[in-house]
Amino acid sequence: MSDFTMPSLGADMAAATMMRWRVKPGDGVKRGDVVAEVETDKGLIEIEIFEDGTVEELVAGIGEKLPVGAVLARIRESGTAPLPAVIPAVQRRRVSPLARKIAAELGVELSGIEGSGPGGAIEKADVERAASHPVEASAEEAGTAPLRRAIAAAMEKSNREIPHYHLDATIDMTSALAWLARENELRVIQARLLPAVLLLKAVAGALRVEPDLNGVWRDGRLQRSERIHINFAIALRGGGLITPAIHDVDRKSHDEIMADLNDLVPRVRAGRLRSSELTEGTITVTHLGESVVERVWGVIYPPQVAIVGFGRVAEQPWAENGMLGVRQVLCATLAGDHRASDGRVGARFLDALNQQLQKP
Amino acid sequence: MTDSEIRDAILDGLARIAPEADLASLDPKANLRAALDLDSFDFLRFLIELGEATGVEVPEADYGCVTTLETMSEYITKAARGRGQRGRD
Repeated sequence: MSDFTMPSLGADMAAATMMRWRVKPGDGVKRGDVVAEVETDKGLIEIEIFEDGTVEELVAGIGEKLPVGAVLARIRESGTAPLPAVIPAVQRRRVSPLARKIAAELGVELSGIEGSGPGGAIEKADVERAASHPVEASAEEAGTAPLRRAIAAAMEKSNREIPHYHLDATIDMTSALAWLARENELRVIQARLLPAVLLLKAVAGALRVEPDLNGVWRDGRLQRSERIHINFAIALRGGGLITPAIHDVDRKSHDEIMADLNDLVPRVRAGRLRSSELTEGTITVTHLGESVVERVWGVIYPPQVAIVGFGRVAEQPWAENGMLGVRQVLCATLAGDHRASDGRVGARFLDALNQQLQKP
Repeated sequence: MTDSEIRDAILDGLARIAPEADLASLDPKANLRAALDLDSFDFLRFLIELGEATGVEVPEADYGCVTTLETMSEYITKAARGRGQRGRD
């Protein structure tokens, strides 16, 4: 028998509220199955299980706020004998998408609200009522939405613990964007690629060359990751951002990365992510290329050891082989953890990134 | 499709992508992406839905022709009529 516990969904998470069980005692589960949904500062997260077996007992009740590490359920591993099942009363808590959005904007905890909709569903009016009669918040938390608090905690930890070094490189994107335009011209609109896909694939390719930037700093040392899972910063409408992981980017084609984005972005904005998407990232990429921003001086998301930033593409005069021309260029930046790597590693990474982007 | 049906299709699509926006007060000459804070992902998703509603696919090379509500309405209307014309030929 083993305990299935509340996972840590990031360095900034202390607790989450159990919202829904997707399994019941007696159900068979296998590694990767979504078994529950919990409400965190980053929205509703689907929790996956990491072993094969049978659900013996659901310990956590709906609406309970539980710390990281708390026992949620007991799992009988495959091959062991069953015990008599105990079935707790489990009821699903329903929240309308609009109510969830408003709650996030207003910083209202859904767990403390009684729903007035069909089947006890929480609706817009319930959230607004709760927001107008807020429960007493600590001075520290007053006036700050949960997502903002989560970002604040992670960034404070990063700046407190990680000695950053910063590098930047100007990259000629003319060939890559011409390739993308040709590709998109041949495709139906549903299959079009966005420039972010090229950038993600190039980062993954460059990490194959410089693996010291792909991993985490844990127990006083760099733990490199064999797999490349890129946390990609996705802005939320109404403020804040979430950085879910796109898995195994180096092994995926442009189309597969675009398909991942098509799946992820709407789920991020609807507040429906899976635990593995919040916990398994090995590096972060942030792309502010759609604004006037030229350079992104990133702050590393702990315990990762690097963040790559991309600014806007702009036409600039470009001298090469004694000739002056106009090229489409962007500035790529790297913030590295100086405990885990040195500027020379970062420089080699940016060089490899540049080469990747010359031949998409 | 009539001009007003095309305009409604555009506004319906924008309402789905930017549900919090007050489209009634949207300036027809304002840059849509800036006014409604649409990133390239939002904009592509909007054009896909608009294509399904109107039958008009906007090529990337023509993105510059569909920056405002006004120019987008004109572009889609013209393209939809062109398609209708070709269909009758």
